[in-house]
Amino acid sequence: MIEREYKTIKEVYGPLVVVDKINDAQYNEIVRINVNGEERLGQVIDTTSDFAVVEIFGDNTGLDIESSSVSFTGEPLLFGVSEDMLGRIFNGRGEPIDAKVDYLVREKRDINQTIINPAARAMPNDFIETGISTIDALITLVRGQKLPIFAASGLRYNDLAAQITRQAKVLHKDIEFAVVFAGIGITHDDAQFFIDSFRKTGALSRAVAFINTADDPSIERILTPRLALTTAEYLAFDHGMDVLVIMTDMTNYCEALRELSSARDEVPGRRGYPGYMYTDLATLYERAGLIKGKNGSITQLDILTMPNDDITHPIPDLTGYITEGQIYMSRDLANKGIYPPINPLLSLSRLMNNGIGEGKTRADHRGVADQLFGSYARSIDVRNMSTIIGQDALSDIDKKYLAFGDAFEKRFINQGLYEDRSIEETLSIGWDLLSMLPETELIRIKTEFIKKYYKKS
Amino acid sequence: MGYIYRISGPLVIAEDMRGSKMYDVVRVGDEGLIGEIIRLNGSRATIQVYEDTTGLKPKEPVRSTNKPLSIEAGPGMLTHIFDGLQRPLDHIFELLGPFIKRGVEEPALDRKKEWEFIKLDSIKKKDKLSEMQIIGYVQETPLIKHYIMLPPGVRGTLTEINEGKFTVEDTIAVVESNGKKEEIKLMHYRPVRKQSPYKERVKVLEPMLTGQRVIDTFFPILKGGTAAIPGPFGSGKTVTQHQLAKFSDANIVVYIGCGERGNEMTEVLTEFPELTDPHTGRPLLERTVMIANTSNMPVAAREASIYTGVAIAEYFRDMGYSIALMADSTSRWAEAMREISARLEEMPGEEGYPAYLPKRLAEFYERAGRFVNLNNTSGSISIIGAVSPPGGDISEPVSQATLRVVKAYWGLDASLANARHFPAINWLTSYSLYAADLREWFNTNVAEDFSVNRDAALEILQKEKELKDIAQLVGVDALPEDQKLLLEIGKMIREDFLRQNAFDPIDQYSTIKKQYLMLKIIMAFYKLARDAVSSGVSVDSLVKSNVRAEISRMKEVKNEDFESFYNSIIEKMNNEIASIKAKI
Repeated sequence: MIEREYKTIKEVYGPLVVVDKINDAQYNEIVRINVNGEERLGQVIDTTSDFAVVEIFGDNTGLDIESSSVSFTGEPLLFGVSEDMLGRIFNGRGEPIDAKVDYLVREKRDINQTIINPAARAMPNDFIETGISTIDALITLVRGQKLPIFAASGLRYNDLAAQITRQAKVLHKDIEFAVVFAGIGITHDDAQFFIDSFRKTGALSRAVAFINTADDPSIERILTPRLALTTAEYLAFDHGMDVLVIMTDMTNYCEALRELSSARDEVPGRRGYPGYMYTDLATLYERAGLIKGKNGSITQLDILTMPNDDITHPIPDLTGYITEGQIYMSRDLANKGIYPPINPLLSLSRLMNNGIGEGKTRADHRGVADQLFGSYARSIDVRNMSTIIGQDALSDIDKKYLAFGDAFEKRFINQGLYEDRSIEETLSIGWDLLSMLPETELIRIKTEFIKKYYKKS
Repeated sequence: MGYIYRISGPLVIAEDMRGSKMYDVVRVGDEGLIGEIIRLNGSRATIQVYEDTTGLKPKEPVRSTNKPLSIEAGPGMLTHIFDGLQRPLDHIFELLGPFIKRGVEEPALDRKKEWEFIKLDSIKKKDKLSEMQIIGYVQETPLIKHYIMLPPGVRGTLTEINEGKFTVEDTIAVVESNGKKEEIKLMHYRPVRKQSPYKERVKVLEPMLTGQRVIDTFFPILKGGTAAIPGPFGSGKTVTQHQLAKFSDANIVVYIGCGERGNEMTEVLTEFPELTDPHTGRPLLERTVMIANTSNMPVAAREASIYTGVAIAEYFRDMGYSIALMADSTSRWAEAMREISARLEEMPGEEGYPAYLPKRLAEFYERAGRFVNLNNTSGSISIIGAVSPPGGDISEPVSQATLRVVKAYWGLDASLANARHFPAINWLTSYSLYAADLREWFNTNVAEDFSVNRDAALEILQKEKELKDIAQLVGVDALPEDQKLLLEIGKMIREDFLRQNAFDPIDQYSTIKKQYLMLKIIMAFYKLARDAVSSGVSVDSLVKSNVRAEISRMKEVKNEDFESFYNSIIEKMNNEIASIKAKI
C-alpha cells in the first residue's frame, strides 16, 4: 500500500492524536509523524470513515496541529530479523545501539502476530539443569517452560538470573543455545550488569539484547518485549536454537500499560491496571514453548518485582495465573544471609513432572522433592510454635524437624554464586538432610528408595 | 450487505445493516473475519469480531450469514480439539502450520471421512418420527456409539433410509411432513446460545464418581450437578480438573480450556491417548472433546467458547449419555465479557464487570442437570467450573455469583498447596449440598456404615482444628492423652486418606470401595486406640506401632487388592494393639 500523508491533525492529548478527514486508516497500522523534520512512530488504535486515532510511540513534545503531518504506512509494526542479530545490542525500539553498522535483515515480521495453535504445541519434557539445588530439585525448570522470578526490591534477583543463564544446560541434547534479553525500563546499571555478565562468560556472542532504560519513553516498553520475542521465535523456530528469553522487569511493563490505558481514558481495573492486562500479559508469556516438528524452543525466565513484597498484587497475581509456576524470592531468607533466597514452599514448577524421574534425573526425584517440601513445611510450623511455647516444650520429633529446617536452609537452599551443583549432588544433599529424620516420617517416598538412599545414623 | 464504519479493537461498527438480527453471524472485511452482531442501532450494527482486527479498514464489506452462531453436530468431534468457534485446531495445524491465521474457513467436522451408519432395528419406512428421534448410529470411537437423530424442529414420516458408508453431508434418510421433504444427514446445526429443548428435568440421586477421595467421600457431586473450584494460582485447579476429566464415570467428557495455558491443552492431548479409562479399559481420549481458546487467542472467541462447549455437551446429552463438562476457567470467560462490555461503553457493575454477569453465569450452570430428552432418552450434564479469583480472594464478583448457583464448592487453599497437600481442597470450608441427598445411595451401594464413617471423619477434622489452635499456644505435650490421640487421628485422615497423589499410577484413582475401606481402617484404629489409651497406653507407643506405619502406606495398595489388605490389617491391628495393652 502507498503511504498517504495527512496534515489534518485535529486534536492532541497525551500520546493520542486525532487525525481528521481520513477514511481508510487500517486498524493497528503504523504511522510516521513528521514533527519539524523529525520523525516519530505511532499506531492507529481506532479508525472510522471520518477520522482516526493514532497513539504515538515516544513523547509528543513539539507536536503541533498546524504544521505536523502524519503518514499512514499501510502496514502493522514489522521488525527485521536475522541470525546476524546474535551478539548485538538494540534499544527498546529495535535500533542497534552498540555500533553504527546496521545488521542484515532476512525477513520482516509483525511483532504482534504469533499465536501458537494449541494443537501444534509439543509438551516440554527436557530437564534443564541450572546447578541451583532449590530449582533443580524442587522447582525443576523444563525446556520450553515460562517460569518467572517473583522478586522484590533489594533482593539479588539479577545475580540469580545471571547465574541461571550462566549455568543452565539441557542434558543429553545437542542444540545450539542463544539468549534473548529484554531490559524493560531498567536502570543503566542493571543493563550494564547483564551485558557484562554475558560478556564475561562469552555468552554475548550468542545473545541479542534489547534495552529500554528507565529514562526512555515508557510507551516503548510495550514494544521491547515484543521485539525480543519476535527475535526469539525466529531463532528458535526458523533456526532450531534453544532460546532462553529473559525479560526484566515485567513490573515496569505493566506500569507502562497502565499509563497508556489511563491516557486512553479506559475504565481502570484493579489498582488502576487495565482490565485486559491478563490477556495482554498472556500474549507475551504464551510465546514460550515447543512446536511439533521443530527443533528449537523458547524458555522464558521473566523477572518481576512484587510491589511491597505482595504476591497478591495484580502484577504477580496475573502473571502466576499465566506462567507455569514461579520462583519466589523471600526477604526472610535473604535477611538470614541465604543466597539464593528462594522459598520453595511459595514456588512452583507446573511442568516439573515432565522433566524428572528415571532417565531424566533420577527415579527417586519426585519422592525426595515431595518429602523435602512436606518436611520443610512442617519444620516451619514447628518453628512458629517454638517461638510461642519455647524450644524445650517441643516433642522429640518436633525438635528433629526444627534442626532439619535450619539445615535445609543452610545446606540445601544456600549455595555460592558460582557454585554449580549437579542433580546428583543436589539429591545427595537432600538425602543427607532427610536422614536427619526418622525413617517412619518419610511417608512420601517409596520404600524401595528409602532402602537404597536413606543414611542410617 | 453493509460496510465497516469503525474499528476499535475486537469491536466493529458496520453501516447499512438494516434487516440483520441480533446474534447473527457476520463475515467482516475482505478477509471474511467471523463476528457476531451484539447491538443494533438504526442501520448500524455493532459486531464483536472473533479474530484479530489488525489491518481492517473502514468501507470494507460486511456480510451477514443470517444464521446464529452454531455448532456442527455430528460424528468427528471425539478425540479432536476445536477452538472457541468449533474450528478444528488439529486439522488446521496440519493444513496451515503451527501458527494461527485469520479468516480460516475450515468446517468443524471432516467432510471427507466416511462413517458406517447402522439403522436401529425398530426404525422402519413409513414410521412417524418425532423431533430428535434417534434413527441409527455410527461407531465413532470403539468406546462411543454416536447416535444419529432428527435435528431439532424436524419431524414427519420416514420415506427413505439407507445403511452403509456416508460422509457427514450425505443424505441417509428422508422425512416428509405436509408434502415437504427434509433430508437427514449424519450432521446438523445447533445454535450455541440456546439450550437444547428437553421434555423435563428430573432428579435422580446418583453420584458422579471421580476416584478422588476428598470429592467422592466428603463432597460428592451428582450426575447432572454443578460444582465450582475456586482457588489462587498454583493451588491445583487445573490438576483437579484434569483428574476429573480422566476418572469421572461419565460417558463423555467435554473439556473447555477457556483463556488458560496452551501447554495444558497439549498435556491433555499427549496424556489422554495413553491413559485408559478405569471403567472400560479404553484410551480416555476416545470419550473426550476438547475446546481450546487459550489466553493469547482472541478474546471475543473466548466468550463464545463456553457456549460452544455446552452446546456440544447437550448434543451428546440428547443421545442419552452422561456428560462431565469442565470449564477452566470461568473467570477468564467473565473477563472476556468485561472487556467487550467496556468497549461497548456499557455502565459497569461491580469491579467493571457488566451488570448481567450473574445472569450469564447462572444461565450457563443451569444448562447442567438430568433430563428426559425429547426422544425419551435420559441424559445428564454435570458442570464443573474453575474460578480464578484475583489474589485468591473469593469475595470478588465472579466467585460470589458462581457460589449462588452451584451446589458443590471445592475450595482450594493456598496454605495447603504450599505444604504440598494435594488436592488442596479445604475440608473445613468446602461443602456439597448433594452429600445429604446421596447418603442413601452410598449406604445402599457401598456399605451401610459409609455415611456414618464419613460424618465421624469430618467431625474429627473439625475438632482437630480446634485442638490445634490450643496446641499452638500450650504445646502438644500439655494436652491430655485422649486429645493427643484425636490430633493423631486427624493427621491420619488428612495424610493417609485425603492427600492423594495425582501423579502416582495407583494413588491417582481410588474406587469408592477402596475409599470406604481406607476410612474404615482409620476409624477402626481410632476405636481400638481410644480403648487402649483409656486403659493407660500412651499415644506415643501407638504412633510408633507397625500397624500405624502400615496404614500410612495403604494408598500404595491397588484397588483390586484392597479388600484382602483390609482384612489382614484389621487382624494385625487387633493383635498388635492388644499386645501393647498387655505390656502395661
